[in-house]
Amino acid sequence: MTQLALVIDLNVCVGCHACVTSCKQWNTSGSAGPLVDDAPYGKDPRGTFFNRVQTFEVGEYPNTQTVHFPKSCLHCEDPPCVPVCPTGASYKRKEDGIVLVDYDKCIGCKYCSWACPYGAREFDEDRKVMTKCTLCVDRVTDKALPESERKPACVLACPANARLFGDVHDPESVVSTAIRERGGYALMPEWNTRPANHYLPRHRTGMTIHAEDLVRVDNPLKIDGKQPELPQQGAGREDYAT
Amino acid sequence: MPATPLHDPTAPPLPGAGTEIRNTTCYMCACRCGIRVHLRQGESGPEVRYIEGNPEHPLNQGVICAKGSSGIMKQYSPARLTQPLKRKPGSERGANEFVPIDWDEAFQLLEERLRHLRATDPKKFALFTGRDQMQALTGLFARQFGTPNYAAHGGFCSVNMAAGMIYTIGGSFWEFGGPDLDRAKLFVMIGTAEDHHSNPMKIALAKFKRQGGRFIAINPVRTGYSAIADEWVPIKPGTDGALLLALVHEIMALGLYDRDFLARYTNAGQLVNQDAASDDFGLMLRNAEGDIVNPLRPHNFYWWDRLSQQPVADHAEGADPALLGRFKMPDGTPAVPAFQLLEERVRPYTAEWASGITGVPAATIRRLAHEMGITARDQKIELPIAWTDSWGKKHDSVTGNPVAFHAMRGLAAHSNGFHTIRTLAILMSLLGTIDRPGGFRHKAPYPRAVPPNARPPKGPEAVQPDTPLNGAPLGWPESPDDLFVDAQGEPVRIDKGFSWEHPLSAHGLMHNVITNAWRGDPYPIDTLLIFMANMAWNSTMNTSEVRKMLNDKREDGEYKIPFLVVCDAFQSEMTAFADLILPDTTYLERHDCMSMLDRPISEFDGPVDSVRIPVLPPTGQCKPFQEVLVELAGRLKFPAFTHADGSRKFRDYPDFIVNYETAPGSGIGFLAGWRGKGGEKSMRGEPNPRQWEMYEKNNCVFQHHMPAQLQYMRNWNDDYMRWAQGAGLRRDRDPIVIHLYSEFLQRFRLAAQGKHKGKQPPDRLRQRVMTYFDPLPFYYAPLEEQATDLSKYPLNAVTQRPMAMYHSWDSQNAWLRQIHTENYLFVNPKTAGAEGIVDGGWMWVESPWGKVRCMCRYSEAVEPGTVWTWNAIGKAAGAWNLAPDANESQRGFLLNHLIREELPVAGGGTVSNSDPITGQAAWYDVRVRIYAAGADEPQQTWPQVGAVKAVPGMVTAPKRRSWMAGLGLGRKAAP
Repeated sequence: MTQLALVIDLNVCVGCHACVTSCKQWNTSGSAGPLVDDAPYGKDPRGTFFNRVQTFEVGEYPNTQTVHFPKSCLHCEDPPCVPVCPTGASYKRKEDGIVLVDYDKCIGCKYCSWACPYGAREFDEDRKVMTKCTLCVDRVTDKALPESERKPACVLACPANARLFGDVHDPESVVSTAIRERGGYALMPEWNTRPANHYLPRHRTGMTIHAEDLVRVDNPLKIDGKQPELPQQGAGREDYAT
Repeated sequence: MPATPLHDPTAPPLPGAGTEIRNTTCYMCACRCGIRVHLRQGESGPEVRYIEGNPEHPLNQGVICAKGSSGIMKQYSPARLTQPLKRKPGSERGANEFVPIDWDEAFQLLEERLRHLRATDPKKFALFTGRDQMQALTGLFARQFGTPNYAAHGGFCSVNMAAGMIYTIGGSFWEFGGPDLDRAKLFVMIGTAEDHHSNPMKIALAKFKRQGGRFIAINPVRTGYSAIADEWVPIKPGTDGALLLALVHEIMALGLYDRDFLARYTNAGQLVNQDAASDDFGLMLRNAEGDIVNPLRPHNFYWWDRLSQQPVADHAEGADPALLGRFKMPDGTPAVPAFQLLEERVRPYTAEWASGITGVPAATIRRLAHEMGITARDQKIELPIAWTDSWGKKHDSVTGNPVAFHAMRGLAAHSNGFHTIRTLAILMSLLGTIDRPGGFRHKAPYPRAVPPNARPPKGPEAVQPDTPLNGAPLGWPESPDDLFVDAQGEPVRIDKGFSWEHPLSAHGLMHNVITNAWRGDPYPIDTLLIFMANMAWNSTMNTSEVRKMLNDKREDGEYKIPFLVVCDAFQSEMTAFADLILPDTTYLERHDCMSMLDRPISEFDGPVDSVRIPVLPPTGQCKPFQEVLVELAGRLKFPAFTHADGSRKFRDYPDFIVNYETAPGSGIGFLAGWRGKGGEKSMRGEPNPRQWEMYEKNNCVFQHHMPAQLQYMRNWNDDYMRWAQGAGLRRDRDPIVIHLYSEFLQRFRLAAQGKHKGKQPPDRLRQRVMTYFDPLPFYYAPLEEQATDLSKYPLNAVTQRPMAMYHSWDSQNAWLRQIHTENYLFVNPKTAGAEGIVDGGWMWVESPWGKVRCMCRYSEAVEPGTVWTWNAIGKAAGAWNLAPDANESQRGFLLNHLIREELPVAGGGTVSNSDPITGQAAWYDVRVRIYAAGADEPQQTWPQVGAVKAVPGMVTAPKRRSWMAGLGLGRKAAP
């Protein structure tokens, strides 16, 4: 059974917010929209966005990590937002595992947003219904689009190709392969929601220098009759843990 | 039990509303990605439903960033101007009271005034623009008008990056060239925030990391790209020159340089005159029997052949130049290879020395040099591409050393930026990475001669009534005689460009224009026409004072700058000061071209240019600025725009683009694709009347892939040079040897020493020119730092641009402003805590010139001696049609208030707060101190300025917006 999902590669996300506004523009004029902007030109603007990027810091200077963290509905395999909905507006599709809100059944009680441990749902103050990432169901099922474009808007937009898309129940899919090979992980697994979306961790590439790398018989200084300076303090020791 | 959903999540929301897709080019930044614009038909005409990257476009290959994805909210922003406006008669400038007029009246006003100026004193007309891409047209307009007073924003932005590298390797970063991340193994990014080339950098960097490349970021701050670096090297602003010189020292001391590359492709082996008594001291020795190759830039140098132990013509067959040593010519003249002089220069620049200045540990500096040198040396790339160099030698392959760099404003926006960037270019050359795989690769029209051939006019006689300038208004001086000065050595330009105060000011100095015009120094002007530059707010230093200058009057009651014309798509702090406002279109409403004659979008493997076509009709009475210029040029009968019988050559801007040629019959025009009568030629050919159509059919882009043997080593690639000359990219085809040692700079020094027959600096500037025009880079602390009491102002303050906003273009955008609604001053917690400032608390940041009250944000991702903020989020109340209590004005702030455009000099007077070589605005040099705001102070940023009002033709900004294309909601952006 298919479970569509996103895998977000934190190793290459530079926090550009392409996923945020490409989602906004696709969905506001699409079947999931419109997405309101309150006080769009005023104090404390706040609008409905299905995807947001939070940038946060870890550690103390100089060993600081800056992490760009996009987050949208994780289309859980066991979504807590579904059983709590009094009208059945919150549902998970059998055919592809996408979790959706049926706007015509939603009464805006907000119970689902309390149940979601990820804060992935946003209440649209204009339409008075709950909204969330639809995994661009209107794109991924649209046979009129070329197959390469039957992907969520955010996936196609991402300049760093940090958002992978596919079926996490298919072991050969690009998402399953990435999770397996790169140590993809779920958010807050202790909640037993079994999120379909996964994240790929940061991976650090270092360089080892051996002492003899710096002392060479074919050193070009010798061509001009000079001797190279001997390197000081050995080689290869890095001063920061980052 | 899940029942069938009532709402169909795949059903179109407006059934029956058809969608059309049109391709054009984005302009939410200067990256200029190809986009597909989805237009949904509604009862009130087409509206933008979606903007996505064009998968078939070579630049962005289908991706699009946050800004590009928010174009809809730019198109329908309530900040838009929609009709020409004239300052209400009797009202004061800055009171923001305007009356609508029609274009006929606007043109008539301009035509009368400009015709008079052109006929009497053309330099009284000044044209300055922001980050526009049609400098080929705006520059042409200024040249044809006959005024020297023209520049775009480069002097304010990053001219040091362009000049420092172009005067060394014949190319630079951004559109001109960049890191080959496909093949690099080590990538070092210095002083870079989000910038263009933006999407291609993101694409390439992600692939680079996935391929196992190692990415090091050197920056006082760890944001944006630096977040995914494998190593962050914090550094004090303005000290990168010290770091780079120490890296050069270590590379040279350990022999980690590519000797073969240096010997053949740089001037490392060229013999320099070291006869202290000679007037040519420090210039290259010239070989009277040598091959001159190009009389305009003679190539007859000497090498000291270490094999035969005698001087020979450079590149003599079988010779190998000594790079080190001191020699004597047969006539006794002391002769030293440039490389030896470089080695002597960097000898004191040890890692320990640099560590004290930069804050980077000495062991780290050494290790960085080792990583670069060893990676370059041991991971050589070989491509099976045969090529022939400019001296006739055939090479079986193209080789490369996989160490790449990228750098930007963090290096440039300092008064020591030129030498810092020269040092970077020298480091890249020592590692043997110029135009080689895995290193730095040029993009057409680069590489160009060192320096490129355009020169500014040489003196006031070039400025004559009713006469075009005899040269471009901007250019690249090679010697003192190229300076644009009068007989006393004083500047001819209003911004003092190309004067002895900053001779190599290739991009002008827009940051000085208003101050100089107000002061009448060097002279007063009459009309200042500003295009997409907010010189009354963020595109200026010393903002509060500049705003007063704009309103200041002469004794006779006239304004000191009598006539101010502003062309922009949006109301702003600048339009409030205008006497005449011209409403520009958005990028979706006009033609544009990304031309080889200005800043194209070339790829490494060949030239690429592109166009923008209108996908929507102009809103209201908006008219593209380019159309305004073409119309004015016709009315004023500029020769390039007028037939001999007085009739106009060009119907409109698209007609001008197709039919204009750089010279009659040259076959070179703005667009390189589909030239020739039927569009069958590339690069060069007769104008093609259907050229726009052909671009439109082809994703609005033209791309030429050069054959493999032309793609690398282009500075010295004979086949490439022949092709480039034939295609009109270069005038000549002599090799572009890298200038590790710059004898051009030495020429200016010699003039200051009195050892030059031509132009000499005024006495008050002799010492300054002598000091800074050093043929080799050296480290000096930024000028402002030297003039500041550092114990009182211990911190550096810098700004950078966020990923989701470009320049100051985006706070009127409903979606983008939700990502950055207000800006904080980011401070290291220890630094803030020492002053009793809490996270989120109100604080003051103060320089010797001004102070600002703002909010603090603790950050561990900034080195403790630096504070920083996002630039261009803080606004004046009411600007951009934002509510007067919007965050941008109440809680956001502008750092520019702290930065002065001039510095005092010892002995009285002032000098521009710029790099003394290029005039680059030194806005990252400012030193500050911080302290907590009092508990009784208002929780509001300071200073506040008078609110900017809406002007006629603007719509009321809605209090709520739910955008759905096709419902006619966009109409609310037009009256």
